[in-house]
Amino acid sequence: MTVDTNVARTETADAEVQEAAARARRLFVLNLVFEARAFIALAVLIAVFGFLSDSFLTVTNLITMTKHVAINAVLALGMLLVILKGGIDLSVGSILGLSGVVAGELLGGVRLDIFGVVAYPPVWVVVIICLGVGTAAGLVNGILVTRFKVAPFIATLGTLYIARGIALLMSNGQTYPRLGGDPSLDNTGFGWIGTGRPLGLPTSIWFMMVLALAVTLLLTKTPFGRWLYATGGNERAAELSGVPVLRVKTLVYMISGACAAASGLIIASELTSAAPQAGETFELNAIAAVVIGGAALSGGRGTVRGTLVGAFVIGFLADGLVIVGVSTFWQILIKGAVIILAVVLDQGQQRFQRRGAAAAAVAASRRPD
Amino acid sequence: MNRVPELGARDVTKVYGGTQALRGVDFDAAAGRVTALFGENGAGKSTLMKILAGIESPSTGHVELQGRPTAFRHARDAADAGIAIIHQELSLCPNLSVQDNLFLAREEPGRLFTINRSRQRRAALDVLARLEENLDPSTLVADLRLGQQQVVEIARALLQRAHVLIMDEPTSALSAPEVAVLFKVIRDLTAHGVCVIYVSHHLEEALEIADDVVVLRDGRLVATAEARTVDLGWIVLQMVGRDQESLFPTRDLIIGDEVLAVEDLVVADPHNPDRLAIDGVSFSVRSGEIVGVYGLMGSGRTELIETLAGRLPAASGQVRLDGQPLSRAGVRERIGRGVILVPEDRQRDGLVPTMTVGQNLSLAGLSRFARRALLSRVDESAAVLSMISDVTVKTSGERASIGSLSGGNQQKVVIGKALMTGPRVLLLDEPSRGVDVGAKADVFGLMAEQARRGLAVLFNTSEAEEALHVPDRLLVLSRGRLVGEFEPRSISRELLMSLADGAARRPPTSDGAHS
Repeated sequence: MTVDTNVARTETADAEVQEAAARARRLFVLNLVFEARAFIALAVLIAVFGFLSDSFLTVTNLITMTKHVAINAVLALGMLLVILKGGIDLSVGSILGLSGVVAGELLGGVRLDIFGVVAYPPVWVVVIICLGVGTAAGLVNGILVTRFKVAPFIATLGTLYIARGIALLMSNGQTYPRLGGDPSLDNTGFGWIGTGRPLGLPTSIWFMMVLALAVTLLLTKTPFGRWLYATGGNERAAELSGVPVLRVKTLVYMISGACAAASGLIIASELTSAAPQAGETFELNAIAAVVIGGAALSGGRGTVRGTLVGAFVIGFLADGLVIVGVSTFWQILIKGAVIILAVVLDQGQQRFQRRGAAAAAVAASRRPD
Repeated sequence: MNRVPELGARDVTKVYGGTQALRGVDFDAAAGRVTALFGENGAGKSTLMKILAGIESPSTGHVELQGRPTAFRHARDAADAGIAIIHQELSLCPNLSVQDNLFLAREEPGRLFTINRSRQRRAALDVLARLEENLDPSTLVADLRLGQQQVVEIARALLQRAHVLIMDEPTSALSAPEVAVLFKVIRDLTAHGVCVIYVSHHLEEALEIADDVVVLRDGRLVATAEARTVDLGWIVLQMVGRDQESLFPTRDLIIGDEVLAVEDLVVADPHNPDRLAIDGVSFSVRSGEIVGVYGLMGSGRTELIETLAGRLPAASGQVRLDGQPLSRAGVRERIGRGVILVPEDRQRDGLVPTMTVGQNLSLAGLSRFARRALLSRVDESAAVLSMISDVTVKTSGERASIGSLSGGNQQKVVIGKALMTGPRVLLLDEPSRGVDVGAKADVFGLMAEQARRGLAVLFNTSEAEEALHVPDRLLVLSRGRLVGEFEPRSISRELLMSLADGAARRPPTSDGAHS
């Protein structure tokens, strides 16, 4: 090898280093834009619909739309935990329906044959029982996934049908009307869950905010949250670090089930009636919100903030399209396109991140020592 | 060298995440010759081969074929250019027949859209005969022994008329007669002008077949020579580097009481329930002591250490910590009692790629930072920062992504994570795997420091140099049995290797069946 080629090679290497450094910087900026994409999408939605319709940006309409968002957001926050673990919960829509039916059944009176009386449990007991039913359904999912090693998709697909079947059997396919209760039986107040307005905001919106705060605390401030991210990021490493992986996995399905039951109570209360078909395909909206919010279906990556924004994007998009008079068929198509776009952008971001890291590493490594 | 190189690499660099696998490598392999590639684990051999075979593209630099720069976009491009690679992990479809595998994605066209099976069968029989492998081409690959599967891989390369054949550890699963056949085939191929690039950990074997020798160390190409001018000692010296003594500092021993005691431990092979991975092993580790376990692939070294960590169940025998039995405890309980494992494969078992450096470090000892139900960020951050400086992780901070670290620094994070649980027994499975020479010294230094602080340290290794220099006491495992216990510096490298090898490389039984 001659000296000349050596010099030439060093120059090429220098050029490569500079190019790599510039590439790393460019990718970093692009990355920031990608990071905020869900927020940008929401802002664009609000701007476009606000421009197209005078009624879109009124306080009343915003509150109404947020009420709709709240139901999906509550489901989505539970779903987020399951997805962070690297799982999926298809049964939430059915659990939502089952929860409403259980509430309807209880508010209509429980016949206690031994005593020959009909008991009318107060609303708070009904709420606890319904949340318990949702949690128990989640426990079944968790046991199927952890003990029987059933793939989450299959396990929760099974419970999707089973929970819906139970709801239809219990109600005989009928809707429970008039859940307002009877003052003489001391079981009134169920309607407040969906229609109450403490401090001027509907209870469901308050509930969404409190739940979001609680899940944020759980994810960022407790060992459980860290265990969940670790389990989703690398289950084997988590297990070898002493993380109680099976307990973490079971618990997220239970929380998701409880969230679904809470959603069911809100819907039944808003309508003061409970239909066994309530919540059909809601699981898909919840998954969509989590995904649009930047969570990875492979687990380990996702935030409460992102999921909330995702739920708002889906809700405002649907309601906005109705307000500006776009046909339902187009709405369905547009929703699908938005979900795909979100995931395509997400893949793009991951690629940019990897390339940025590689470019930075090349630049760092080829620098003279 | 005056020959025109058949396949070469020019100033090739490869970066994975934050790990630099190759640094400016210039490599040549000549037609009609066997070029053997030597290097320790993590030296960059596999990466270089993948780049030559078009499986990976270089971060900078390029590949040359017969002196012309080429850029392979896919492995298929390289295959079409006549470069075939035979992987350590075989890439056959076990559910298909030998013949279907041989012609996979290169099927002989028949009438319309069908496959011309009779022509494929004749070609398959021809090529198998040339390899002296008496096989029915319609046998399912799943029914073949590993050695036979390897021959099928080679046959596939021959059918593609490859003029460059890259072989990654081709003999690791072969019996002695199969190796002899393979070498005959390789000689036959080079006589026909094929360029063979050969990689193996079995140095002697590789030197026997090699014409040219190339040594990689720490991602750099450090030496090239003609095989007949060098010997094993020279190769080892080049692989390990001249500073090998400084890698392994001597230290004063302060040996305390027995901490870990293993009595007559038996462990079933998790992949093959009929076989015992560990067959009646007894030993103990004292506080302040570093005990090494040396063994080849399949010796049970990984199973032994994973059983102690609670990941594999023991079939029988006793494990005691400070005299108290540990037998039924799982991973979590053992960590609580002070026994923690630093796993061999840090990507698969050690790190959570989606979390930061700090979160990875604190993961195992997280409950120490819980104040009532909530984590104390202040305590956590303080402990993480002090651990980063204790184990000398080079990072931009606790919030850096774990993927941005080099292999050696990632390994230090995994070790730091284990230390943050305040263990009494530190188990390390091949702690120097995939880390560069400088970081290796750091890792061994860390182990020595922990032993000085009174931990009982048990590690296993497949590198003879490490086995001879790092531990205070060395156990040699062969086929699940303890075949020797030594003061490490008291035995020779040759004795050690033959002890570990002896049982593992016994002449094959009648039909060459090899489990």
